[in-house]
Amino acid sequence: MKPAAFAYHRPETRAEALALLAEHGEEAKIIAGGQSLVPAMNFRLARPPILIDINAVPGLDGVREEAGQLVIGARTRHATFEKPVTAGPLGTLLARVAANIAHTPIRSRGSWGGSVSHADPASEWCCVTRGLEAELVAESATGRRSIPAADFFQTIFTTALRPDELLAEIRLPLFGPDWHCGFAEYARRAGDFALAMAVVACRVEGGVIREARVGLGGIASTPVTSPEAVAALLGQAPSPALFAAAGAAGAAATDPDGDIHASGEYRQDLVKAMIRRALVQAFA
Amino acid sequence: MSEPKVTVCCTVNGQKVEADVVPRMSLADMLREELHLTGTHLGCEHGVCGACTIIVNGAPVRSCLMFGIQAEGAEIRTVEGLADGDTLSPLQRAFWEKHGLQCGFCTPGFLMLATWMLEQPEPVTEERLRHVLSSNLCRCTGYTNIVRAVTAAAKEMGKWAESAAA
Repeated sequence: MKPAAFAYHRPETRAEALALLAEHGEEAKIIAGGQSLVPAMNFRLARPPILIDINAVPGLDGVREEAGQLVIGARTRHATFEKPVTAGPLGTLLARVAANIAHTPIRSRGSWGGSVSHADPASEWCCVTRGLEAELVAESATGRRSIPAADFFQTIFTTALRPDELLAEIRLPLFGPDWHCGFAEYARRAGDFALAMAVVACRVEGGVIREARVGLGGIASTPVTSPEAVAALLGQAPSPALFAAAGAAGAAATDPDGDIHASGEYRQDLVKAMIRRALVQAFA
Repeated sequence: MSEPKVTVCCTVNGQKVEADVVPRMSLADMLREELHLTGTHLGCEHGVCGACTIIVNGAPVRSCLMFGIQAEGAEIRTVEGLADGDTLSPLQRAFWEKHGLQCGFCTPGFLMLATWMLEQPEPVTEERLRHVLSSNLCRCTGYTNIVRAVTAAAKEMGKWAESAAA
């Protein structure tokens, strides 16, 4: 259980990191928290010949609010979100989500950007990033570009990031007080990868839901949205019956694969329950 | 492939230390094999069991998921730093008194995880204690006596708060 040999770089500026990626991108891996990469290396599922450690690069940590968005530095650790990082429904939501990510010592190292770059379909931040329609900002030696979450996640462990790119920021919509947000996941043991999860955000005006976003994780090769659940919610007044109907509509449109942990049918049933529970939490 | 070694300078349990490591050596292996601090145990070597939990720059981390070379300049605390000579820390004494260990393999990880938790500003409730301790695996005790030990230490240290729901 020891990784294969690699050459190690620890750039101290962003320019230096991007230059290293431009030179070695194809054979290099970026390491931030390493909480997914290092296990893969220890199992020798990953054997990167070069590691670029971005932990000494300034300016990649922390969150700020800008133009209606919460801008999350890619290296911001999961533990940062255990207490609300912003007032309003988004901060509360992210704290609820963070409590479900692995375990305390993993959360003190693992980072939001690392999690979405790794693109494990059972990752909580991947589900939130896709479900809430985040933007992802990537940088390379030749420039900077914004990638919508819908285009970012391509398949399991595969994103739209080019080998020479560093994920710099994740930008989430800062929901106002008229939004209601919730998250639910099901795992057999605390800290396990969830068998299914759902994130919801609904804007209520005049007693009915006018806008809604629903994201699902753990059920396909990427995190997905649920337009069917959204359609069931729009124009309706929040109620337990509506939450159940939205769960049923969302689940009916999914076709999860079964594996050693759960059958496809069971996962589909969990989707129904997770959407409903996330909505109940959002409107509690 | 020849593997050049790099000298890492860090602080372990208050002492400045240096170790020559290849980049792929885990921090846990650096502590055990280069610095001869064998109190940190390696169980699964992929971040699941928590036996190798130590405190790095004030945060609990799995030392099997960090490379030693990444510890340059870090402040590290391991189980060897808990006792003052033969005087156990309140948490260590509570593990002794409440039978919080049997074979002892997981104990250093639990001690460092709980030491970190007891040093945080927020009080320890039953819910928080169980949430944090769920990070680590023990195959002997069934956890009950570990929970009792950490609860006793939290009470002795004035860190305990009854859960609101209790």
